[in-house]
Amino acid sequence: MSDNSKNLIVKDLKVHFGGGKKILSGKKPTVHAVDGVSFTIPAGKTFGVVGESGSGKTTTALAIMRLVDITAGTVTLGDTEISALEKDALRAARRRFQIIFQDPYSSLDPRKRAGEIVRQPLDLMSIGTPSERAEAVTALFEQVGLRPEQQHLFPHQFSGGQRQRIGLARALSTRPDLIVCDEPVSALDVAIQAQILNLMSNLQQELGLTYLFISHDLGVVQHICDEIAVMYLGQIVEQADRVTLFKNPKHPYTKALLEAVPSVHNNKRNRQERVRLVGDPPSPINLPTACRFASRCPRAEARCHQEIPPLEENTSGHKVACFFA
Amino acid sequence: MSTDATPPLLSVKDLVVDFKTRAGNARVLDHVSLDISAGKILGIVGESGCGKSMTALSIMGLVPNPPGRITSGSISLDGRELTGLDEETLCEIRGTEIGMIFQEPMTSLNPVFTVGEQIAESVRVHENAGKQAAMARAVEMLKAVDIPEPDIRARAYPHQLSGGMRQRVMIAMALACRPRLLIADEPTTALDATVQAQIFDLLQELQQDTGTAIVLITHDMGAIAELADDVAVMYAGSIVEKGPVGDVLSQPCHPYTQGLITCVPHLVPDPPLQREALREIPGMVPALTNLGAGCAFEPRCEKAFDQCTGAKPELIKVSASQLGACWALESDQR
Repeated sequence: MSDNSKNLIVKDLKVHFGGGKKILSGKKPTVHAVDGVSFTIPAGKTFGVVGESGSGKTTTALAIMRLVDITAGTVTLGDTEISALEKDALRAARRRFQIIFQDPYSSLDPRKRAGEIVRQPLDLMSIGTPSERAEAVTALFEQVGLRPEQQHLFPHQFSGGQRQRIGLARALSTRPDLIVCDEPVSALDVAIQAQILNLMSNLQQELGLTYLFISHDLGVVQHICDEIAVMYLGQIVEQADRVTLFKNPKHPYTKALLEAVPSVHNNKRNRQERVRLVGDPPSPINLPTACRFASRCPRAEARCHQEIPPLEENTSGHKVACFFA
Repeated sequence: MSTDATPPLLSVKDLVVDFKTRAGNARVLDHVSLDISAGKILGIVGESGCGKSMTALSIMGLVPNPPGRITSGSISLDGRELTGLDEETLCEIRGTEIGMIFQEPMTSLNPVFTVGEQIAESVRVHENAGKQAAMARAVEMLKAVDIPEPDIRARAYPHQLSGGMRQRVMIAMALACRPRLLIADEPTTALDATVQAQIFDLLQELQQDTGTAIVLITHDMGAIAELADDVAVMYAGSIVEKGPVGDVLSQPCHPYTQGLITCVPHLVPDPPLQREALREIPGMVPALTNLGAGCAFEPRCEKAFDQCTGAKPELIKVSASQLGACWALESDQR
């Protein structure tokens, strides 16, 4: 399934907000939302990004989609450098990368019928003849588990799970190589979540899709992703395949994240024996020139407050940015 | 549900709540019965629309009327009947006897008052405390919920605090008048996992220190496993299974509970190389306006048989302390 011409390669991606001039004096503070992120997703695989809110996972997704301005770095899909495209060239290339959003309520136009929503990308990109488009929409509805006659309904007539299926059909309509999934199941009930996750896995196998999967739910990420990156304050602090990361987490932040997840395998007693993270992440405006996690880290020593730990890779491909890993 | 002989702190019996809608009468709670003893944590789980939050609102006397109405049943707190009380008496009970924390800490706090003033207000109203004494209590409460520099934070407005801090403020406010029962409706849904863990720790500590009983409403079975003593699983307005957490999680007797546990990808320290598809609960929650005569879960149940469409199953004992409402269980017993 691995086809190098469709790999997504992200190199040293940076997205900073602000930093402009204030009206009276001085500079506006710069928010380092994404600060030097690099990874490669092989075609047909699922790459997960996890982290707390404010860690930069959604901004990373939006930057790859070219929905926010990239400050520095490159994003390449196959032989196309997405980050270098502008205007018409960018619009034409959008066929190959699509996105599904977290909130199935606000991400569908309430005044358009479901069929029209799914058809719109085909119209905008002038893909096929009008009658071919109608057939394509019917096929897409079947593919995501909706009945073709439901094309005539409006979004409010669907449940949350069905709306997320419409979102998926819309993303699939241009036959993309990459789908960026930004918390696609977080807003859904647990029973519906399983239906959507299974649908996404099946579609990936059928169509050879590549997924960038953003989530804060580690159980979901473990289930669906092949490789996972843990982000903290705009940077990747640990990255490994799904078995290694959960079996042998090395970064103290990853360990704390894993410990924080309530599990049906735990009970009241063993809950109290666990290590807890204290406080909230520091602001991404005044970042320390040291380990960004040091202020909350249970293991931090003097060195952690002075030097930046590099993201180092061991022989098996497990990357960690910590002096003690 | 508790086996000890002491009478429960809160006892809900055969509670029925109806809502008038344009599509007809919707029975949002259908003969719900719950008991919770002092110092215990009762978890209520289920999908959206199953009646978890409506149970909480009924206990608080906050069912929106109209269109909602408590049709029958009783809610008694320490022997005192709460249904049918007038608004003034209910106001007194809320805060002093029962406290509540909501899902969205930002929308439940008043943006134009400092958090200290908001906590102090409930102390002033309920305990007739003076301004200074109430403020001192507010600072003390902020300290109790582990907010650093409580005397400075008391003068902060909600927007100046992080999501986790706001939820701590909500907890401080709910506990300021030392209620005997705390209702927590999805208290951590809007929060990150690490902050959620802090809030759960806090709830557990407070509960152990003060003996407050807690009703924890959530959709997360993991949270139930780690916090609650007893659990009630709700579906379409009815309790379909209840019992001690250990029993219900290890041997769920109702197909819906079984589905809820297996459909979630649980985080395991040692994931298998081969992934299997998640077990789904097919279909979705039915509309409450046309439930029909049979078991509400029947259309989604893979174990359904003839009897399931005929009548609604009652909750029956499957062990000393575990109850389930499923026709398959009845036929097993006979």
